[in-house]
Amino acid sequence: MSSTTTKSAYLAGVRDGAPFVAVAGPFAALFGVLATEAGLSVFEVMSFSLVVIAGAAQFTALQLMQDEAPTIIVLMSALAVNLRVAMYSAALTPYLGGAPLWQRIFAAYLLVDQSYALSHAKFEATPELSVPQRMAYYFGTCTLVMIVWFAGSYAGAALGTALPPDVPLDFALPIAFLSMVAPMLRTMPHVIAAFVAVVVSLLAVNVPYSMGLIVAGMAGMIAGAQTELWLKRRAA
Amino acid sequence: MIDTTLLWIVIFGLGVGSFLLRFTFLGFVGDRPLPEWLLRHLRYTAVAILPALVTPLVVFSGENGSTDPTRIAAAIVTLAVGMWTKNVFLAIGAGAATLLALVYGLV
Repeated sequence: MSSTTTKSAYLAGVRDGAPFVAVAGPFAALFGVLATEAGLSVFEVMSFSLVVIAGAAQFTALQLMQDEAPTIIVLMSALAVNLRVAMYSAALTPYLGGAPLWQRIFAAYLLVDQSYALSHAKFEATPELSVPQRMAYYFGTCTLVMIVWFAGSYAGAALGTALPPDVPLDFALPIAFLSMVAPMLRTMPHVIAAFVAVVVSLLAVNVPYSMGLIVAGMAGMIAGAQTELWLKRRAA
Repeated sequence: MIDTTLLWIVIFGLGVGSFLLRFTFLGFVGDRPLPEWLLRHLRYTAVAILPALVTPLVVFSGENGSTDPTRIAAAIVTLAVGMWTKNVFLAIGAGAATLLALVYGLV
């Protein structure tokens, strides 16, 4: 395995991750703006984004702290929203588990929706990649997104309340997630998994402390796996 | 206003908790093979969790959890363009353009 192919895998990751700059930037800036409005200092906003790197969980925690929820509920809810990264970690393990521990520690720290979604799709489509090439691609997908994540948080915090109040930044997250999901709906089990998750997420919307998300996600995963088995049995 | 001590407890608690969630499998399991039934479910993590996260945000996107037709329209456009072109960037662009056009009354 030459260093040239590792480098080109890294650059491919950077290239594939580039579109998400347009998403991560405004999203991080939105967190900066909202957190500053809630009374956090620039230093506190940056610490939050640097230590946690999880947009949805950060928004959840911010909202619940403003509602003066008990600290344990704030932590449990935000971690529940973020529980999907444990599933991402498990999904990437067959591909990255053979890498050195220090690389896996950095990979874990940088595991977000974008790095997971891009890398998992790439590793599935190109099984011939070596472990170092996969790691290089993975870190490539993180590079621009992370730079923009921290820069955006800072810009948002510095900008504070200067933004006109009617800019619909609140919808940056749904648009980002939808654009990521749409190209993944390529087989019937994938479509059924998504459909079941959507239905259950609406039925479970009043389940307290964000646990509805976990229930709906697991229902979707089971539906996808069962459909796959059913199709396999029918073909056999 | 948010209490400073509680804020730092939340920041560090979330930091440690999120890292452990991310590290569990990558770190502790390593390259030991995972059972087939687990892998079969993991294939559908993203297509299940992301729609589950996004659906309530889309459906209850208006003030006080009401339904906002503007945001529903933007979501449908994003999804349709994404499924049609398989291009994340085009999907985001189309969704954002729809939302801005509707919010600022350009249509």
